[in-house]
Amino acid sequence: MSMKHTIAVLVNDQPGVLQRVSGLFGRRGFNIESITVGQSEEAGLSRMVIVTTGGDNMLEQIEKQLYKLIDVIKVINLSSKPMVARELALIKVKAEPSERPEIMGVVETFRASVVDIGASSMMVQVVGDTVKIDAMIELLKPYGIQELSRTGVTAMVRGNA
Amino acid sequence: MSAQTPEVRSTEQLREKWMKPEVITGSEILLRSLLLEGVECVFGYPGGAVLYIYDAMYGFEDFKHVLTRHEQGAIHAADGYARASGKVGVCIATSGPGATNLVTGIATAYMDSVPLVVITGNVATSLIGTDAFQEADITGITMPITKHSYLVRDVNDLPRIIHEAFHIASTGRQGPVLIDIPKDVSAATTLFQPEDKINLRGYNPRTVPNKLQLDKLARAIEQAERPMILAGGGVIYSGAHEALHEFVNKTGIPITTTLLGLGGFPSGHELWTGMPGMHGTYTSNQGIQQSDLLISIGARFDDRVTGKLAGFAPNAKIAHIDIDPAEIGKNVPTDIPIVGDVKTVLEMLNPLVSYASKADAWRDQISKWKAEYPYRYVDSDTVLKPQWVIEMLNDTTKGEAIVTTDVGQHQMWAAQYYKFNRPRSWITSGGLGTMGFGFPSAIGAQMANPDRLVISINGDGGMQMCSQELAICAINNIPVKIVVINNQVLGMVRQWQELIYDNRYSHIDLAGSPDFVKLAEAYGVKGLRATNKEEARQAWAEAMETPGPVLVEFVVEKGENVYPMVPQGSTIDQMLMGDA
Repeated sequence: MSMKHTIAVLVNDQPGVLQRVSGLFGRRGFNIESITVGQSEEAGLSRMVIVTTGGDNMLEQIEKQLYKLIDVIKVINLSSKPMVARELALIKVKAEPSERPEIMGVVETFRASVVDIGASSMMVQVVGDTVKIDAMIELLKPYGIQELSRTGVTAMVRGNA
Repeated sequence: MSAQTPEVRSTEQLREKWMKPEVITGSEILLRSLLLEGVECVFGYPGGAVLYIYDAMYGFEDFKHVLTRHEQGAIHAADGYARASGKVGVCIATSGPGATNLVTGIATAYMDSVPLVVITGNVATSLIGTDAFQEADITGITMPITKHSYLVRDVNDLPRIIHEAFHIASTGRQGPVLIDIPKDVSAATTLFQPEDKINLRGYNPRTVPNKLQLDKLARAIEQAERPMILAGGGVIYSGAHEALHEFVNKTGIPITTTLLGLGGFPSGHELWTGMPGMHGTYTSNQGIQQSDLLISIGARFDDRVTGKLAGFAPNAKIAHIDIDPAEIGKNVPTDIPIVGDVKTVLEMLNPLVSYASKADAWRDQISKWKAEYPYRYVDSDTVLKPQWVIEMLNDTTKGEAIVTTDVGQHQMWAAQYYKFNRPRSWITSGGLGTMGFGFPSAIGAQMANPDRLVISINGDGGMQMCSQELAICAINNIPVKIVVINNQVLGMVRQWQELIYDNRYSHIDLAGSPDFVKLAEAYGVKGLRATNKEEARQAWAEAMETPGPVLVEFVVEKGENVYPMVPQGSTIDQMLMGDA
C-alpha cells in the first residue's frame, strides 16, 4: 500500500551530499515529494527532511539504502511517530485595492500574514502543515495566483522521542 | 653493505622510510600512503593531470606500477588482482577521458562487490567547473557506481582520505572507492603525517549477527524436509569456504553455488548441485523450487538466479545471510534475516546446527536428479565443441587453475564445465556482465599469484575489446594462457536471436576479426590455433609447456547453444534442456 512518509536524514555537511541522497532516490526509483536541507543542532552535520510516497517495502529499502551512504549518520522515520511537520509558502496573489479586504479575511482566518503589497498584488506568507497550505492555495486561487513558492516540509518528532 | 650489492631492507625498515615525517608533495604522500596500505602493484596510465604523481614514481623503486595500454585494461587488471588475492586493487588514470575510461571497470567492481581504490587526477582546483581541458566531474559521474568517493581539496587531507578509502573498500560489503586528486593538490607540499586511525561516524558495518535469528535458523533446519543452500560470492569474499564446508557436512543440506560463488565449495562434493539460474543445472533449479527451506549465504537473489520472482521457491521459508542489510528483503521476502559477515555467521552457526534428519528422501531425490540431468552436449568428431574444449582444459589442469572469463556463451560453458575446488580461482564479471573483462583481469590475477596457472577464457568478441593488453603480457612476461573460443559470432546474442527473436540474426557476425594467432604474434606473444580435437590437445599441451604468455585459439562450432536455459520471465524450473 502506497503511503506518504516523512524521513529525517542526518548527514555530514560535505560537498555533494545532497547529490548523493537525491541521486540514490532517483536511480532506485524512490519518489521525492519534497526535500529540505539545513543546519542541524550539531556543527558539521545537516538535517534533511524528505517526504516520499511508497509501500512499507520501499520505505524499508529507502532507509537501508540511505544507511549505505558513508555520509549518512542517521535515518529517522518521523511519520511512524507523533510528529510536527510544517512548511512555509509565499503566495503572490492578484489583489486590486477593492479585493484586498476580502483577501485579508482569508489571510487572518489562516493566521497567515501579508508580507508585501504591490500596486495590484499582495504577497501572503503562510506556515502550516501541507493540508493547511493546500487549503489556503485553493481559497486564493479565485483571485488569481501570480506566483507560488513552497519550501517543502520540515519536521520533528514530538516530546522527548 | 658494499656499494655494488643492492640494499635489502626488511618490511619494517621500508615502512619506517615511507612513514618518515618530511615535507613532500601530495604525489609523494599518495605513493607512500599506498605503500603503507600494503599495495604491491598499481595499474595505470599517465596523462596531464597526473604528471606530478607519475613524476613522483620516477626513480622510486619501492613503488611498482604496470603501464597498461588502455585505462579500461588497468581497472580490470586491478579488479582481477583484487578478486584473486582478496587485497584491495589499485589503479590510476588521468582526468577527463582517462577517468571516464575507468567507468565501466568501476561499475563492474561495484556490481560484484570488489574492493578497489581508484585514483584519478583532475584539473587544478582553480579550474574545476570551468570546462577546462580534460575536465570531467568524475566523482559526480561515478556516484551511483562507487561505494564512496572523494574529491581532495587540501593536500593535508590526503593521508586521512587514502586510509579511509582502503578501509571503506575492504570492509563490510566491499566495493570500489574513488579518490579524485586535482593537479594542484598533487603538486602542493606539506609535512607528511601518516594516518592510521579511522573516524567515520556514518560507517559501521555490522559483522556479528543476531543470535536469536541463528537459533531460529537452527530450528528451521531440524524441521526441514527439503532444505537447500544457495551460496554466493559473499562466501569467497569473507573467506568462509571452510566454515561453509563444515556447515554442509554437519547439516547434510544440498548446496548450489551461484556464478560468483563457484569455488566457494568443492565441486566434487556429493551434495553440490552446480550453479542455479538461467544456465544452471536442472538439479539446482528444481532443488530451489521444491525446497521448503532455502538458506541464502552471501548471495543477493540476482534476477539471473531467481528467474520470475513471483514463482521463485514458492514453498520455501527463506533464510538470508548477508553483510549488506539492504539486500535482505530487496528482491525476495525473507523469513529469517541474518545480517553479518558470512564467515562470522557460519562460525557461530556451526555449533548450533545438527544433521537435517528429516531430509533423507530429499537427499536421495537430489542425487537422482544429479545422475539423471548432468550438463550435456552433443559432441562431434568433425568440429570442435566449445564444451569439449573447456572439459579438456579442466581435465589437463585438474580444476586447479585460476580461470578468468569474459562474458557470453564461453563464460557459461566455463562456469558449467570447469570444476572448481578452491576459492578465488574463478574470476568473472557476473553482475555487470562486462565484455572486455576476461583478459585484463587475468593479468591482475597472475600478478597476485605469480606461481599459479592462470587461464583466461574469452570469446572472439570480448577478446577484441581489450586485446591491446597483450603488450603488457609480452613486455612483463606475464605467463597468462589466453584462450579464445572462436565461433565467429556474438554467440549469446545469436542464441537469443535464434530462440527468442525467431532466427532473425541481427549484427552478430564477427567476420573481419583479426587472425588471433597473428595478433598475438604481432605483440610478441606466442599464438597457436586448433580446429579439431587432436590439434586442440596438441596446442594446449604446447601452451602449457611454454613459459610465458601464450594465446590459443580454438575454432569451434558456430551454432552451439548454452543449455539448460531458462527463458527470461520464466520461473527457473521452466528449462529448455537442449538436444543432448
